Amino acid sequence: MMFDFKTNLGQAQFENPIFTASGCAGSGKELSQFFELSELGAIVTKSIMLKARSGRATPRMAETPSGMLNSIGLQGPGIDQFLELDIPWLRQQSATIVVSIAGESVEDYAVLARKLRSVSGISALEVNISCPNVENRGQVFACQPATARAAIEAVRRNIGGELPIIAKLTPDVTSIADIAEEVVAAGADAIALINTVLGMVIDTNSMRPKLAGKTGGLSGPAIRPIAVRAIYQVHERLPHVKILGMGGVSSGRDAFELILAGASAVSVGTATFGNPTAAIKIKEELREELISHGFDSLREAVGYAHREEARS
Amino acid sequence: MSSINKDAKQIMAEIISNKRVGAYHHIVFAVGEIANYARPGNFVAIAVGGVNSAMVLRRAFAIYRTIDRGSDGGLLEIVVAPHGAGSTWLTNQAPGFKVDLVAPLGTAFGIPTEPVRALLVGGGYGSAPLFGLSEVLKGRGCRVDMVLGASTAMKIYAPLDGKRSVNSLTIVTEDGTTGVTGKVTDVLPGIIHTSQIDIIYSCGPMGMLEAINRIAEENGVVHQCAVEEAMACGIGVCMTCVLPIKGEDGEIRMLRSCIDGPVVDGASVIWGAKRTIPAGTWGRE
Repeated sequence: MMFDFKTNLGQAQFENPIFTASGCAGSGKELSQFFELSELGAIVTKSIMLKARSGRATPRMAETPSGMLNSIGLQGPGIDQFLELDIPWLRQQSATIVVSIAGESVEDYAVLARKLRSVSGISALEVNISCPNVENRGQVFACQPATARAAIEAVRRNIGGELPIIAKLTPDVTSIADIAEEVVAAGADAIALINTVLGMVIDTNSMRPKLAGKTGGLSGPAIRPIAVRAIYQVHERLPHVKILGMGGVSSGRDAFELILAGASAVSVGTATFGNPTAAIKIKEELREELISHGFDSLREAVGYAHREEARS
Repeated sequence: MSSINKDAKQIMAEIISNKRVGAYHHIVFAVGEIANYARPGNFVAIAVGGVNSAMVLRRAFAIYRTIDRGSDGGLLEIVVAPHGAGSTWLTNQAPGFKVDLVAPLGTAFGIPTEPVRALLVGGGYGSAPLFGLSEVLKGRGCRVDMVLGASTAMKIYAPLDGKRSVNSLTIVTEDGTTGVTGKVTDVLPGIIHTSQIDIIYSCGPMGMLEAINRIAEENGVVHQCAVEEAMACGIGVCMTCVLPIKGEDGEIRMLRSCIDGPVVDGASVIWGAKRTIPAGTWGRE
């Protein structure tokens, strides 16, 4: 019997569950030197904003034990140039495309959604409401239920009926399941978990914060247990809402762990920085992992770690 | 844009030799056909620490030189300063060990089409890519003067065959343990004048490159430099290694030193912008 690797997030169907993570693959061009982009379940593009943005000053990066801090600050060309150059190129590669958007205001999210509603060849929209690299912590929409709801509602109202919305959340909150419930009520079809965790490194030679932006987002294997916890909690609260899991996945075993917690698809982020072909390796390892555990399909394994609680 | 790192390959490369030279290690890898494609100024990104290492990022090294010996025999050489956990791990690996290596990466030094008078300036192990560059320039009929500087004699990297590839070599150390006492910038104006230099190529710490650039501008000399900035991926996806560069359209953009560099036109860099985004930069908030 053929192993079934297919998955879905809301209405969007994907051939396999391994995606790139937004901000860790650009718009795919650089990685296409190393593998066929169409081999992955989807390419999730770097979160794009309304206007061109320089991002934050350097240094923007500090390696940490089993991880790294980044403080890029959403550098990018803005939505118009992105739609003109990057989307047509990705379509030419036959890549499955998930576009990630980020805004500074609720209105930004509304305008971005309107610009994307008529664009063909996009499978889903990731709405990044949780980038930690902003000057004002109040701009992290996913930190408060009301602002999280407002941003997702703005996208829902403007995107039209078809395109699934994936709301990307931060684990830096008291109850991530409460925020997840709020964004689903506001119209999100799926949840992306987790964005990077806010952190800081102080250079003990200069005795100042190492990053120019002082704080940064922690990623890599160091945060994987946080991702597993967040996915587990949200899947427990909202078992019918699909989850795109991410956070320190660098092997098929790691991806399997997130799937057991409740993820229906898994994004590979920081592992790509260390190894340009990481996502392809992880995809093959995950297939073997699922088969060796006796699963005939990916879907059977989603949330499998919850089964004991369900019985008791 | 689809030409990004078009010759780059990821391979498991065996260490052929690993020898200590002064404060550094000279390491040779068997890389097959990658050797055919590497140009002076390109770099290599190597995974460090072995499987399950807590060091999740590759380390980038300028390519010292490559030796093309047919389809299987290509060699790639680097010079490593063991100053962090990753580079120290690499210098401890014995011949026969295989490392995960991606190369050639980045933008190489531009080679003039006419024979010119070139001055190559290296700081510490920043001298490494300059010897291969010198050979290419000499092959084009250029005159090549070289200045190497470091804090002390142990940190000058100048192998014998490298010395032979240049018309003149000046060594400068801050403590005077070898050569002229002082900094490379002390001797540059004199050499620029006496050798009537047309172009400066440089590689070394950012502070040194900035000082060289000032002298190049004062003397009306073109300056190509290999820059460095904290880098996570080395292949252009992470956007950490950016620096402000003024384009031909006059716009300042935060460009990636891994892809748009490491070799850039010194006159286009907005120097002294560390820890800031310069006013007028495209997309500045």
